[in-house]
Amino acid sequence: MALALQTFATVKAANAALKAAGTRYLGGGTLVVRAANEGDVSVSGLIRSTEPSLSTIAVAGDKVCIGASVTMAAIAGHPELGTLAKAARAVGGPAIRNMATVGGNLFAPAPYGDFAVALLALDATVSTDGGETPIETFLANRDGSRAVVTSVSFTLPKADSFRFLKVSRVKPKGVSVLSIAGALELSSDGTVTSARIALGCMADRPMRARAAEKALIGRTLTADGIAPALAAAGDGTSPITDPIASAWYRAEVLPVHLGRLLLA
Amino acid sequence: MAKIPVQFTLNGSEKAEFIDSGTTLLQALRDKIGDTSPKGGCHQGTCGACSVIIDGELRLSCLTLAETCNGATITTTSGLAEGGVLHPLQRAFLDTFATQCGFCTPGMIMAAKALLDHTPNPSRDEVVEALSGNICRCTGYEPIIQAVLTAARANSQNAA
Repeated sequence: MALALQTFATVKAANAALKAAGTRYLGGGTLVVRAANEGDVSVSGLIRSTEPSLSTIAVAGDKVCIGASVTMAAIAGHPELGTLAKAARAVGGPAIRNMATVGGNLFAPAPYGDFAVALLALDATVSTDGGETPIETFLANRDGSRAVVTSVSFTLPKADSFRFLKVSRVKPKGVSVLSIAGALELSSDGTVTSARIALGCMADRPMRARAAEKALIGRTLTADGIAPALAAAGDGTSPITDPIASAWYRAEVLPVHLGRLLLA
Repeated sequence: MAKIPVQFTLNGSEKAEFIDSGTTLLQALRDKIGDTSPKGGCHQGTCGACSVIIDGELRLSCLTLAETCNGATITTTSGLAEGGVLHPLQRAFLDTFATQCGFCTPGMIMAAKALLDHTPNPSRDEVVEALSGNICRCTGYEPIIQAVLTAARANSQNAA
């Protein structure tokens, strides 16, 4: 393998080096080294930065900022991020979680990237040296992204307003059939006042279930109340087909699992 | 391309090598240093056969570049036995017939060691979770789970 790794103390210097053709940013290695091992000859140089802020988790009240190099294991074990622990633990096995980073998860193609699904439901903001981008915009444009992601930030949801579900055939660790994250706010009478639902594996990257979100507003989380949302769950989706499941299967089971998530 | 110097502690011994940039830790351990206990299975982060412990954390040596391990402390299965006496995990794997073809065994043992280092008396569910990144195609997993639980019991009896 002819890969040249360059390590920089600052993100700024890493960004400059990433301008060279054939370079990729090295986070935990679970995507880019994997690609190189698989024979991806488009990768000829790896760039990384050891800037300490990339590995920092900052929680101030309900505002959270997670450095891009923070691992899934660090999130799963953080005492103030218990709401997100399930989503972080959904990524890989223990060794992968000790390596895989938040920044890398934003670039993980389906069926991977379960944590990015959670971040999408949380309406996170992705930061680079060039500024901040809403996660939905970032994910849409990620293929052309050349700037090092420095952090993701979001408002920490109340434990009972955030739900996450990963469906896999192998337990406890398996590649996703699909994953669903939901950030729901309910009024005192149990009526849904706002809903953000994100889906994994229902496109080549995490996507919002906008029709289902809209159908939930003003409804209660009962079998009858969520029926319109389940009927609309597949709107706009384009599920992947891979050895885990076909697009047809994913489309068939999505309403079943969304129903389980909403009624849990 | 110029060689890159790397230096780390492997199973208690200082190691220094010159490697090509981009060499994985798995390649460095097996081909340069001669520690063939980590196995190259999938090279994709899926099978866990290459698992090693780096600075106390379980990691996959096939996805780790050796030059990022400068100054690190690395433990592999070949460093577990002391003075010819097998580590309790190795003993338990033998006693419970947790090894058949043996290819996954070093990775399984490192995953189990990473668990027991932090959780000396794990539940069965914790053992299953700890081994969830390691694939075995022979045993059906049950003897491996029993081996880890047996080693944990042996450790706690020795500590008592």
